[in-house]
Amino acid sequence: MTLALQMKGITKRFPGVLANDKIDFDLEKGEIHALLGENGAGKTTLMNILYGLYRPDEGHIFLDGKELIIHSPHDAIRSGLGMVHQHFMLVPVMTVTENIVLGVEQTDRLKFLGRLGHLDLNTAREKIRDLSHQYGLDVDPDAYIKDLPVGMQQRVEIIKALYRQAKVLILDEPTAVLTPQEIEDLFKVLHSLTDKGISVIFITHKLKEVLAISDRITVLRNGKVVGSAKPEESTEFTLACSMVGRDVILTVEKESAKPKEVILDVKDLRVDDHRGQSTVCGTSFFVRSGEVLGIAGVQGNGQTELVEALTGLCHVASGKMFLQGNDVTNAGSRQVIQTGVAHIPEDRHEYGMVFGYSIADNLVLCSYYQPPFSQNGFVMDNNAVDENARKLVKEYDIRTPSIYTLGQSLSGGNQQKMVVAREFSRPIRLLIASQPTRGLDVGSIEFIHKRIIEQRDHGVAVLLVSAELDEIMSLSDRIAVMYRGQIIETLDAQDATREGLGLLMAGIRKEKV
Amino acid sequence: MSATTQPIKPKIDRSQIMEALIPVLAVITALIAGAIIIMVSQLISANLATGFKGVSSASTKTPWQTLISAYVGLFQGAFGSPRAISETLIATTPYILTGLAVAVGFRGGLFNIGAEGQYYVGSICAVFVGYSFKGLPPFLHITLSMLAGIVGGGLFAAIPGYLKARFGTHEVINTIMLNYIGVKTIDWLVRGPLRDPKASLDQTYYILDSAKLPKLLPWTDLRVHIGIVIALVMVFVINWLLFKTTLGYELRTVGSNPSVARYAGMSVARNFVVTMIISGGLAGMAGAVQQLGMNYTLKAVFATGYGFDSIAVALLAKSNPFGIIPAALLWGALRNGASLMQVRSNMSIDLINIVQALVIMFVAADQMIRWLYHIKTARDTKVVFTRGWGGG
Repeated sequence: MTLALQMKGITKRFPGVLANDKIDFDLEKGEIHALLGENGAGKTTLMNILYGLYRPDEGHIFLDGKELIIHSPHDAIRSGLGMVHQHFMLVPVMTVTENIVLGVEQTDRLKFLGRLGHLDLNTAREKIRDLSHQYGLDVDPDAYIKDLPVGMQQRVEIIKALYRQAKVLILDEPTAVLTPQEIEDLFKVLHSLTDKGISVIFITHKLKEVLAISDRITVLRNGKVVGSAKPEESTEFTLACSMVGRDVILTVEKESAKPKEVILDVKDLRVDDHRGQSTVCGTSFFVRSGEVLGIAGVQGNGQTELVEALTGLCHVASGKMFLQGNDVTNAGSRQVIQTGVAHIPEDRHEYGMVFGYSIADNLVLCSYYQPPFSQNGFVMDNNAVDENARKLVKEYDIRTPSIYTLGQSLSGGNQQKMVVAREFSRPIRLLIASQPTRGLDVGSIEFIHKRIIEQRDHGVAVLLVSAELDEIMSLSDRIAVMYRGQIIETLDAQDATREGLGLLMAGIRKEKV
Repeated sequence: MSATTQPIKPKIDRSQIMEALIPVLAVITALIAGAIIIMVSQLISANLATGFKGVSSASTKTPWQTLISAYVGLFQGAFGSPRAISETLIATTPYILTGLAVAVGFRGGLFNIGAEGQYYVGSICAVFVGYSFKGLPPFLHITLSMLAGIVGGGLFAAIPGYLKARFGTHEVINTIMLNYIGVKTIDWLVRGPLRDPKASLDQTYYILDSAKLPKLLPWTDLRVHIGIVIALVMVFVINWLLFKTTLGYELRTVGSNPSVARYAGMSVARNFVVTMIISGGLAGMAGAVQQLGMNYTLKAVFATGYGFDSIAVALLAKSNPFGIIPAALLWGALRNGASLMQVRSNMSIDLINIVQALVIMFVAADQMIRWLYHIKTARDTKVVFTRGWGGG
């Protein structure tokens, strides 16, 4: 087989960090090569170098045997590199076709105006149709991006790259936002791409997917290549170990739960969105001290709204919720927090942390007005804030050069550890953890899972909401499945199977015997 | 866990120092660009002058000489004598206070364009108390007049704050509109009900001696008054408020990300109002200090532009309270040095405005400065556009 792409001895230094250390990476024609590594291992830096966003300090890049100097993404695109970012770069109010031609518009008539001429969308539309058929990427060229589900938007991104004649496709965490069904579809598409000679670099830290899809796996750790493997010779365990650099425990070790009194009791809860549509429709459940109730479900079935209602972030239309017997329906988030509720929010960037705050400031976000941080509720004691930060950084293994480092400079895993540290540092009775490990690396996931179980064993009631079935199954003592705003089934964890839960998540209820 | 904990040590990046240098470089670049404009304008007018033979009285100087006399004049006009320094400090005082006002707004996530109106409301309140309360001891009278200015500006600014908190209407629109309402209303007051009938110009009664701010150097004839000290104290107060109190913590959190603030149980609506009250209070205080320390009366149509320039001051200071001091001093010096610059070089005072505009431009578009001086964008710096401009 011929090499489509070769990166030789790539080195990139940032102040104080060696992000890439003499990395060799190659890609054969028609191959899916997975690039595996924890957050901060250097995957993104390497791909940014390839895509022209950074210049390497040392090293060479060869495309089809010819050396390539890439100054900008523009060069990269022209050379036949296409990148699908984790966060899509699409304009929601434009159609699929308009998004795809953005930047490479064709004009007809009035040619003398050059790029200013009349936009020729018909030719583009035909070309997009052709590409769709060729690679099995069904998408309506005239649909508006905002109306498309996430999986479809990703297809548009792929077509966008193909439209620019990409021969090498870089996919950055492509499955993070997809449902299991959409992931399968994506894999089919990837295979049809490689059949046509397109090569794919697949960046991820989900081990199952790597084993399922890739032809070859390269593992990065601390900016170095630590190994290359074939999927058939690897297991999740061996990959995880080489990623983290030590033995990892993939399943969470825990003793069976000893549930005690009911902490959270939810009765007929209904939440309406701004259009008056019910997103949570009459849900009842309870969580006891010392147990983990997992809420499984495909994203968008009301889990987000349920959590927002429980934490006082959105209005409850009807129904009641009780915390340790006290009615806290529509009590507001301050009161909910003070009743002893910790909340690991689904979107840590939007809700969990302030980007421009130091770690120390971020760590007192929910308790800044209480002793020891403020004795009288007005003047803050910054020494106490720093002291708290030093303690928690150590206790929760937040990797940072200083407690004054800005939250935005931390890697995703460390940001989440910061959120967890903050929430667990208060005396709590109920933990609401929403997608607590989304987008995190194996090491951080292991750490956070352990801490959640630790809280359970200390008698905290845990409500876990996750779209990851594995996470639900390994942490929960009871599992509730949410479908279209309702909990359609609650079962004991030991009675749950992947298949059974999968059916329930799709809304299919088996008749109970 | 077997993972090793990394040593925790503070680290100052070179890039952080460069980051702080950007405003300084912006000012220097603006002065250089201003110099080029002066030279070009001189060349053009010299050529035009030779077109009309015999009327070349316009300038016998070369463009270089004009440039040097202009900038030397600017500097001497601002700092060249005790009197010049005194006048520069007087001009700096309202810039510090209004700059702080806008900076507090920025920190709280609000773009207060209404400092001009709040400045006026503060002025009229302070002047009214200053001339109508008779027989008070000076300390009490000054304090009352100042408080009147602060409360006036604060309450006036509370209106757009409340409208934003309650109805979500954008503070930029409302503060702009309230500028007109405020300035025009006060104009009417000064020409009508509050006019001093004996004065030849449209102006209020003069404030009583007991309400006048004391001079800083009473044994000299320099006009500089204790307003500058008050302004500097306010820098420390605002810095303390922003970074050492729960109020400041809430305000900054709401300003950085209202969602996080809600998550942490803070009231976003209340903080919007509080931010505007503090911001407006500072702008009102600026008006009060200016009238009680300098003018002793409020004249009609006395457009100062302090409220608008303050946006530039806050931008230049990157909303850092201590950064406000040099930024305001720069503006004060430019404002005060302009007249001598004009006299010395025989150039239009508009050039000063051009230099000011250039400073704002280079500060606002700091990518240009980065590009000119090869300063890389700090790693992980997220580009944040002013939030809320497009219904966000």
